[in-house]
Amino acid sequence: MGEDADARKINHGFLRDHGYVTEADVISTVEFNHTGELLATGDKGGRVVVFQREPESKNAPHSQGEYDVYSTFQSHEPEFDYLKSLEIEEKINKIKWLPQQNAAHSLLSTNDKTIKLWKITERDKRPEGYNLKDEEGKLKDLSTVTSLQVPVLKPMDLMVEVSPRRVFANGHTYHINSISVNSDCETYMSADDLRINLWHLAITDRSFNIVDIKPANMEDLTEVITASEFHPHHCNLFVYSSSKGSLRLCDMRAAALCDKHSKLFEEPEDPSNRSFFSEIISSVSDVKFSHSGRYMLTRDYLTVKVWDLNMEARPIETYQVHDYLRSKLCSLYENDCIFDKFECAWNGSDSVIMTGAYNNFFRMFDRNTKRDVTLEASRESSKPRAVLKPRRVCVGGKRRRDDISVDSLDFTRKILHTAWHPAENIIAIAATNNLYIFQDKVNSEMH
Amino acid sequence: MLSKGLKRKREEEEEQQEEEALAVDTWWLDSDHPAVAPAPPAVASSSLFDLSVLKLHHSLRQSEPDLRHLVLVVNTLRRIQASMVPTAVLPPVPSLPAAPGMADNLLASSDAALSASMASLLEDLSHIEGLSQAPQPLAEEGPQGRPIGGPPPSLGSLDLLDPATGCLLDDGLEGLFEDIDTSMYDSDLWAPASEGLKPGPEGGPGEDAPELKETELDYLMDVLVGTQALERPPGPGR
Repeated sequence: MGEDADARKINHGFLRDHGYVTEADVISTVEFNHTGELLATGDKGGRVVVFQREPESKNAPHSQGEYDVYSTFQSHEPEFDYLKSLEIEEKINKIKWLPQQNAAHSLLSTNDKTIKLWKITERDKRPEGYNLKDEEGKLKDLSTVTSLQVPVLKPMDLMVEVSPRRVFANGHTYHINSISVNSDCETYMSADDLRINLWHLAITDRSFNIVDIKPANMEDLTEVITASEFHPHHCNLFVYSSSKGSLRLCDMRAAALCDKHSKLFEEPEDPSNRSFFSEIISSVSDVKFSHSGRYMLTRDYLTVKVWDLNMEARPIETYQVHDYLRSKLCSLYENDCIFDKFECAWNGSDSVIMTGAYNNFFRMFDRNTKRDVTLEASRESSKPRAVLKPRRVCVGGKRRRDDISVDSLDFTRKILHTAWHPAENIIAIAATNNLYIFQDKVNSEMH
Repeated sequence: MLSKGLKRKREEEEEQQEEEALAVDTWWLDSDHPAVAPAPPAVASSSLFDLSVLKLHHSLRQSEPDLRHLVLVVNTLRRIQASMVPTAVLPPVPSLPAAPGMADNLLASSDAALSASMASLLEDLSHIEGLSQAPQPLAEEGPQGRPIGGPPPSLGSLDLLDPATGCLLDDGLEGLFEDIDTSMYDSDLWAPASEGLKPGPEGGPGEDAPELKETELDYLMDVLVGTQALERPPGPGR
């Protein structure tokens, strides 16, 4: 069909596989910062690992902008809620970078209940030549001091220091699923299953509740919040998605409590595809505004959809991620895979969208050419600097040599978390406890 | 066998109603199979309804249920139940192990009864998620035998230190009580510690038989919230 030839345009130049994440820790979130210089990952053990892109250097042409570990720190620890007698998991659900305002980098990381603001600073100089203490820091014998000297800053090995600057606790009764920094760079929101709170980055002892969908009687509960995000440019707008597949765009100028949406985006159910699992597969697992701010990208179990903010009735584009699973929904319900929450991502120019799937496959869809490709993130099938080979899942009928049949897909190897560099064709793929970073060296004129 | 006949009939109905082809289900004919799977994957293949009920049960047994998972399963169960109600009512078979017996009973029960039982499950959930005014019963209800810290009756104590910052939850107290849900104590659906689906010496079909003659609602509560039963009955209101 020409899929292979076109896929080469989206293929990536080389693979660098970072083995920094230990076997025990499943990666639970991946996020580039606003320049793409830094890449943060969070894991089930509450750790955050930050990678930094090495500047391209003529001396080492092979290490063209590769990512190396910059800092590792323990963000969250397991906690015990004494009032409810429940353990709070330390797993990092989301990381969001703050826009950089000075030499330091700051990020928000959250587990189910508590959000923390971390500041990452570099120290590459130290003062030497104190008058009152010697090189080891011991006080000098004053009789030996005969003249005054001015301490000078001397270069030292780079030290990256991380410190928790704020802890935003006790804001959520239910499990936090999203955080999003506002474009005003002063506030951010956190969303749990039933409520969304607005925080000021400098104030930790209170937050404003801006969405509350908890019914007066819990017996009337039929829908939960699954994801939310601020608009990239309009600081008063945000969107949240629900387990019933709807999106609500809210305007904070309209009211203090944004229970009433400004716009409701919902696609009517397709009667020909109706089943007992219709609602589960329509549940939106991720929502992302495009960089332009004009579109939204949503991921549900079988598709990714592009929505135009100006059209509420239906998405403008729908892409099938793995439609061959539609006939297997019963088994996937049985083994709980149908509840997996996949994320989605835009590329820098909003022309390509990406999402993960099973068998360590991930998919990319070019919105302009309408072509798509399936790639695999695994050590076995990729060597460093190899070009990724497109994969195909066959559903019966003609089978090519390297095709995988639907029945031999490994549902335990799933790619839930992916991220795309804000400007370049660099993607980060989390496959369970391994992080893959792919860079496209071949083609940048595609975009 | 009666159960075989029942099973075949339900299979035919499901094939008519569902687009997905279900695998043939014979697990409850297998004497080795436990009445309740500890987790859904242990059930090789099952009718959708039973599977959903098991999932619901499993979800509620978690110390902190995943609300999204729970809501989706409950909604799916409602859909399934709604599609089954118009079909012929099958006679209940009390002598069967609890799970299939419960399924038969649910088929025979009214839509309202099931909805109410689902509603009660979610009430129970709000109790789990929210805070109780009386720490004592809450402490007793500790999930799955996890050792309970035993919060003191006085809520002004040091146990309310915020683990993150070490500060007293002064402002947090107001927010904490916001979610108190006392409807659990107002509800009269709670039965004293029930056998429900618990396998073990005290849970036998024979003992459940008198319970079956009570209101269907009570029985449903016993069965569906069996392992969540309080160690002792709640203080006020019951």
